[in-house]
Amino acid sequence: MEQQETIAGFSPDKSNILALLHALQDNHPRNYLTEEALRAAARHLKVNLSWIYGVAGYYSMFSLEPRGRFIIRVCNSPVCNMMGSADIIDILKRILGIEAGETTPDGLFTIEEAECLGICDVAPAMMVNRTVYGNLTCEKTAAILDEIRTGQNRKK
Amino acid sequence: MIIEKRIVLKNSGIINPESIDDYINTGGYKALSKALSGTPLQVVEEVMSSGLRGRGGAGFPTGTKKKAAASRSAGTTGYVVCNADEGEPGTFKDREIMENDPHLLIEGMIIAAYAIGADKAYIYIRGEYYKSIGRLQNAIKQGYERGYLGNNILGSGYSLDLEIRPGAGSYLCGEELTLLESLEGKRGYPRIKPPFPAEKGLWGKPTLVNNVETLANLPGIIEYGSSWYRSSGTEQTPGTKIFSICGDVRKPGCYEVEAGVTLNDLINDLAGGTHDGLPWKTVLLGGAAGTFVPYSFADISMCYERLREKGATLGSGAVIVAGNERKLISLMQSILRFFRHESCGKCVPCRAGTAILHEKSMELTGKGYDERLTILEDMVNHARQMAKSSLCPLGQSPVLPLESLNRHFREIMAAEQ
Repeated sequence: MEQQETIAGFSPDKSNILALLHALQDNHPRNYLTEEALRAAARHLKVNLSWIYGVAGYYSMFSLEPRGRFIIRVCNSPVCNMMGSADIIDILKRILGIEAGETTPDGLFTIEEAECLGICDVAPAMMVNRTVYGNLTCEKTAAILDEIRTGQNRKK
Repeated sequence: MIIEKRIVLKNSGIINPESIDDYINTGGYKALSKALSGTPLQVVEEVMSSGLRGRGGAGFPTGTKKKAAASRSAGTTGYVVCNADEGEPGTFKDREIMENDPHLLIEGMIIAAYAIGADKAYIYIRGEYYKSIGRLQNAIKQGYERGYLGNNILGSGYSLDLEIRPGAGSYLCGEELTLLESLEGKRGYPRIKPPFPAEKGLWGKPTLVNNVETLANLPGIIEYGSSWYRSSGTEQTPGTKIFSICGDVRKPGCYEVEAGVTLNDLINDLAGGTHDGLPWKTVLLGGAAGTFVPYSFADISMCYERLREKGATLGSGAVIVAGNERKLISLMQSILRFFRHESCGKCVPCRAGTAILHEKSMELTGKGYDERLTILEDMVNHARQMAKSSLCPLGQSPVLPLESLNRHFREIMAAEQ
């Protein structure tokens, strides 16, 4: 969707700020908020650009830097941690060759350590974009990455 | 052997959450018709006499909150805000309600809004709950189509608009005043309290902020009455409570039971007991901002009053079970890392304190018995200072898990390999 079209879907009400930023970010193939998007949001909501930056910089789901097509949010909160999330984070880092907070050179994956995702009944757990994966093991995690990669290659 | 008593989760897993007809066919929206046929004051009084207490964590009497908001909003605009920013580690009960029975929450919200005379309501929901957001959006659309939302609801002359606002990954926004700041389109920094939301809430107007589970209890209370509600649970914790049980148990999940069942019945009868069948080492009640209890609490009655007497908390209903083999120091480090990450930085004692506490907990690993005892004592003192000098519940929280660990497990932690 074009940026202007996305913005027009929200009434110019300040309480829409987070919803609007989510929509703009989701719209970008690299899952981040460009300066241009922030400027457009500021104009639409009639707030200063500094206000929008302040908000976008505060909330952990927003990024001001380009990220991968697939954001891996791996939960590292107390419950997932107890159930073995450290191993899951390790295997993700090893397979993808990046640290948490980084993006693979092909622009496909970003690893983020997340706080409690509210899916503790299937700990250790992670989300890849909007999909929840639970009861993770190292093997299962590797298989999930494979599956996503294969899906992407097929699209090409 | 205890069994579940489902009031809030009665439709969960039974009806199709995408279908308003399914909800109506199981008696849905009957309570709303009943509420609208009476006065708002009657609704407030019914909730008051039900003794319902807020299910978000603090356990504040819901009726009192409603009465305060209702009296302030007379003749002016008021708002109802549903706190669906479920972020307390180990807590996933609100997600269960929203994903499986979204209309129940919406019906509860309309009843609450009618009671305080609000014409606008918001659901502030955590941004990561994509499935819940989708289910609620669909349910709200259906509600408008069938005349349960919008103008002149069911011909009563009462009108209400309901909208969803997503959060964006801030634990702190689960605190009601911070939530309102975020809803107003700002950074999630806490406000000074008082004034409470009932006096000056959203955009300075009287606002009722209630948790998802609290609101989902209202249709039952209105339809069957407060004495029916009081027939379950205990004197001071009437009704049921949903516990989200996780960690070292065979069947983690959400279980709704009458308040007052024992901790071990919850763990053994419902959650299938520990993986190894051995007695658990500790349970963290109420999430990261909760309290650790030792096995001597196995038979404690799970209600606000009994837990409080023993210095423990019910909180959001999180029951995090740590089995016999678990290391407490590592668990503590993980909790303190969480608080450090989530501190917003507005109050210096919390910003610096959460970092210091986490660093001190990391020091424990390489130390001997006596040194560990000293560090633990020191950490508890730090946490107490922080609790006194921080503005919001985040800075006031680390003291709860730390004091309880120090009280019940200090020797065990000092000797841990």
